[in-house]
Amino acid sequence: MDGRKLDELRPAKIEVGILGNADGSAYIEQGKNKILAAVYGPREVHPRHLALPDRALLRCRYHMAPFSVEERKSPAPSRREMELSKVIREALEPSVFVEYYPRTSIDIFMEVLQADGGTRCASITTASLALADAGIPLRDLVAACASGKVEGHLVLDLDDAEDKKGEADVPLAFMPNLNAITLLQMDGMLSVEEFEQVVNLALKGCKQMYELQKETLRVKYVAVKEEVAEE
Amino acid sequence: MPIFCEKRQLVMPGDLLAEGDYPAGDNTYRENNKIYATRVGLANYDKRGFYVVALKAFYIPNVGDLVIGKVVEVGFGNWTLDIRAPYLATLRASDALDRPFKPQQDDLPSIFDVGDLVLAKIVAYDRTQDPLLTVREEGLGKITKGQIIEITPTKIPRVIGRKGSMISMLKKETVCQITVGQNGSILVKGNTPEDERLAITAIRKIEQEAHTSGLTDRVTEMIRKEKGGVENVPESK
Repeated sequence: MDGRKLDELRPAKIEVGILGNADGSAYIEQGKNKILAAVYGPREVHPRHLALPDRALLRCRYHMAPFSVEERKSPAPSRREMELSKVIREALEPSVFVEYYPRTSIDIFMEVLQADGGTRCASITTASLALADAGIPLRDLVAACASGKVEGHLVLDLDDAEDKKGEADVPLAFMPNLNAITLLQMDGMLSVEEFEQVVNLALKGCKQMYELQKETLRVKYVAVKEEVAEE
Repeated sequence: MPIFCEKRQLVMPGDLLAEGDYPAGDNTYRENNKIYATRVGLANYDKRGFYVVALKAFYIPNVGDLVIGKVVEVGFGNWTLDIRAPYLATLRASDALDRPFKPQQDDLPSIFDVGDLVLAKIVAYDRTQDPLLTVREEGLGKITKGQIIEITPTKIPRVIGRKGSMISMLKKETVCQITVGQNGSILVKGNTPEDERLAITAIRKIEQEAHTSGLTDRVTEMIRKEKGGVENVPESK
């Protein structure tokens, strides 16, 4: 790969609680990706007629900033962004206890500030942390990672160049404690055996992202504890 | 029936706490005979079962709770209040007037207008309807004096303390009337703005250090030192 081992993730760091106005927020830098996630809710649904009588409405918006890519991207939502918004919502929904808050909405915003492949996975990982930061009860955190095939090799965490050059890209989102996959897509061509191997590789990557998510939450708590100890 | 966590261990959503027949308490859920945490917080267990004291959670209304709300809308025969919860609360005109609402006679904004702060109690709330408030009891109604401090609702029990120990100490030491809303809003009424400011600083300290021990004594000490500092020259640390 462009520097890394075949099964090595790009170096990543995540922070939570960085936005003052949102109920929950998180920010990730993974390789060259820079993505911000913000969560509002549960709150009253506007427009009212969209409210569901027995559960919360999950609304997701995945958006790429015009400066996030080499050639300026128009700020208007593209078909790709609309599809990713839907797909990300479906990846996060199984983790949220929506039945606890009927007639409310939980709004999740993901803004890609700099994109370099694998943004939907990084967005899911970040949004899941933002949900936890907002104090919304979750069944589990959702960690996501993509794997694929580049120049015949099965690789983990493709960046943009590898994705464009490669033969297949398989993004995957996973809830480790419940052993449940919430997102599985494929773009390209793989044999059945290759697909199985690639899925297992992505699961490995997800588990590493999961550890990073937990570490991020842990660090925040320890920081609060240390502030107290200093006094 | 194995237990997978220690008392006061930091847990995250999805962390396995125990396996077996234990009751699933606050901020946990049960699946396949296992109990998992739903929020970031400190896990604990006692004879009541497994529960998590959440680090951060928003206020969920409960019938009987005292809350401080802000009027956001004056409707026809009712007011809508923001009580810092996922749902907006309603206060009926008939409740505030203590008689049926007469549109020709009664001018609602003159009783409570948009922006007013109201101390109220929740009389009704369930999955199918937004919280309903009342101001008919002693002490409830529009707030006209004092300062409001908003803290995260999960720390309210700490501000009250065991059997009210913390709050009685606060009231005594700062000579302020302190009314605690379960939704995280606290009303502080003192004789002077300095007293009120002191009470607010003390409450902020409790919010920051809620998960530590010996807090009541430390807060008492801090208040006494602040008050003493006005008359005496403060000692250098």
